[in-house]
Amino acid sequence: MAEPLLSVDSVSRRFGGLLAVNAASLSADTGRITALIGPNGAGKTTLFSLISGFLKPSAGTVRYAGHDVTREPPHRRARRGIARTFQIVQPFAGLSVRENILVGAHLRHRARAEALALAERVGRDVGLGDLLERPAHALTVAGRKRLELARALATEPQLLLLDEVLAGLNPSEIRDIIPVLRALSARGIGVLMIEHVMQAVMSLAEHVFVLAEGRIIAQGSPAEVVADPIVVEAYLGHGAAARVGSGHAH
Amino acid sequence: MRAFLPIVVVAAALAAVPLFVHANVVLNFLVVTLLIALAGQGWNILGGYGGQYSFGQAAFFGTGAYTTAILQVHYGVNAWIGFAAGIAAGAAVGAIIGALTFRAGLRSSYFALVTLAFAEVLRIVASVTPISGAGVGLLVKLDLHAQAFQFKSRAVFYLVILALVAVSLVIAQLLERSRFGAWLIAVRENEDAAMALGVDAFTIKLGAMVLSAAITAAAGCFYVQYFLFVDSGIAYGTWISIEALLTPIIGGAGTVFGALAGALVVKLLGEGIKLVTGDVPGLDLMIYGAVLVLVIRFAPRGLVGAFTDLRTRLLRRSKPAPAGEVAHG
Repeated sequence: MAEPLLSVDSVSRRFGGLLAVNAASLSADTGRITALIGPNGAGKTTLFSLISGFLKPSAGTVRYAGHDVTREPPHRRARRGIARTFQIVQPFAGLSVRENILVGAHLRHRARAEALALAERVGRDVGLGDLLERPAHALTVAGRKRLELARALATEPQLLLLDEVLAGLNPSEIRDIIPVLRALSARGIGVLMIEHVMQAVMSLAEHVFVLAEGRIIAQGSPAEVVADPIVVEAYLGHGAAARVGSGHAH
Repeated sequence: MRAFLPIVVVAAALAAVPLFVHANVVLNFLVVTLLIALAGQGWNILGGYGGQYSFGQAAFFGTGAYTTAILQVHYGVNAWIGFAAGIAAGAAVGAIIGALTFRAGLRSSYFALVTLAFAEVLRIVASVTPISGAGVGLLVKLDLHAQAFQFKSRAVFYLVILALVAVSLVIAQLLERSRFGAWLIAVRENEDAAMALGVDAFTIKLGAMVLSAAITAAAGCFYVQYFLFVDSGIAYGTWISIEALLTPIIGGAGTVFGALAGALVVKLLGEGIKLVTGDVPGLDLMIYGAVLVLVIRFAPRGLVGAFTDLRTRLLRRSKPAPAGEVAHG
C-alpha cells in the first residue's frame, strides 16, 4: 500500500515532568476526513502542534507526502501543503476579512491581483462573501471560525488540520458549515479534525483516532469507536462501560 | 498608478515652497523637518508596518553619518560614493542587529530595549575611537560643489532631502501593495497565525529591519552633508532614536504619510513655541511628550488615521444614508 499523505510515527512530547503526548501514531490521507477525539487534556492540540511544526517532538517522526518534516518550522510545512486552524481563533484583528484571507492567498500567488481574486473566491466558498470589508475583530464567533478556515484554505493546502472549528457554534451554524467541510474532502483535500461535537464526527469522519492521556487508545470507524468499551471508560471513568453495557437499569 | 497620486501632489506642493519663500530660516527649518521625516519613515517600515518597535534607530542614523564622514575625511572618497556606502553600512548594521535579536526570539519591549542598547554601545565606542574623531567629532571640509554633495543654496539641499523623502514615501506605498508588505503586516498582527499561513516571520522581519535601517541611514548621511559635522552624541545619541519613533507614532504608524505628517506638526509646534518663549533647553521634548499624550488619547491611529476617519465620516454624511444605517447614527 502506498504511504499515506500524513503519517505520524510514535511521537512523544514532554513538558518537564508531564508526558503530554506518549508514542502516538496516526495517519491521514487525501480526500477523506479523519477525526481525532479524546477527553479534555488528552493532548490533542499538542499533537496538532507537533504535526504543524509549532512544537518539536521529544521523540518520533512526522512524515508528510514522503518527506520527513519532523524538524521543519511551521512556515516550511505550510509551503509543503499543511494548513492548520487554531482552537483559540487568531485573526489579524486590525485587518479586514479580505486582508486576512489575502495573507494566506499570497503563499502560492505573489501577484496581488491573483491573490485578491483567490481570497475573494475562498471567502465566498466559506460563506463570508458579504463580510469581506468588515474588520476581523467585528466578526461573531461563528464568523471568526469561518475566517480561520478561509485563511487556511487560501494557502491551497493538501492537508487541513482543523482544531475544533465547530466548538462554540450553535446547531444551525454547525449545520451550515458541515457541507463546506464535506465539499473540501470531495475536492481531494485530506482533513484531520479535532472535534468534540460527536454528531459531526459521526456524520463526517471515515476514520477516528481516540487519544487519552497522550496515547492513542483506539481507532476505527466512528461506529466502532463509540462502541469500544476502552473509549467509553476513557471518557466516563473506570467501570463505566460495564454500567452502560448492563443497560437501562435506571 | 492612482495610488501614487497623493505622493506626487504632496511632493510637488513641497517642491514649490522655495519659489515663494527665500528666507534661510524657513528653508533650514524645512530641511531639518524633512530629515526627521526621513529617519522616521525608516522607523515606520519596521515599527509601523512590522510592529517591531525599535528604540535604536540611532544605530543606523549614526552608522550612515559616520561612514560617509570617515570615508571623506580620512580616505578622500567622493561624497556621493560615501553617501551610498553610508546607506549600505546602515543596512548591514540593521542586518546584524536584526539577525541577532530576531534569532533570539526577542519581541516587543525586549526588542526595544536591546536595540536601544546596541545604539548606546555604538555611541560609547564612537566616543573613544580615534577614527570617528573620539570626543571631538569629525569636520567635513567645506567644498560647495555639487560633486562634493554640498550646495551654496539651501533651496537645493531642501530639494535633495525632499527627493529622498519622496522616495521613502514611494517605498511605503509599494510595500502596502506587495506580498512582502502583506506578510509584514500579518507578522505585526499575529506572528503565530502568520507562520501557520506559511510566512517565514524571521526573514520578513529581517528584511524590514534592513530596509528600515537603510532609510534611516540615508538621513544620517544627509545630516553630515548638510551640517558638515558629526560627533558621537549627534550620530548615535538617543535624540534621533526618539524623534524617529515619535514622529511616525504621532503622524500615524503604518501609514504612508505618517512620518511626514508627524514631523511637520511636531517641528512646527516646537519652533512656534520657541518663538514665543525663547530657547528654553528641553522644551521641545516637553512638546513631544504633550503631543504624544494627546494623540494617544484622542487619535490612537495618529494624525493620518484621524484624518482618514474624519473624511470617511464626512463622505458618509454628504451621501443620504441607507435606511438601515440611520438607526445607528
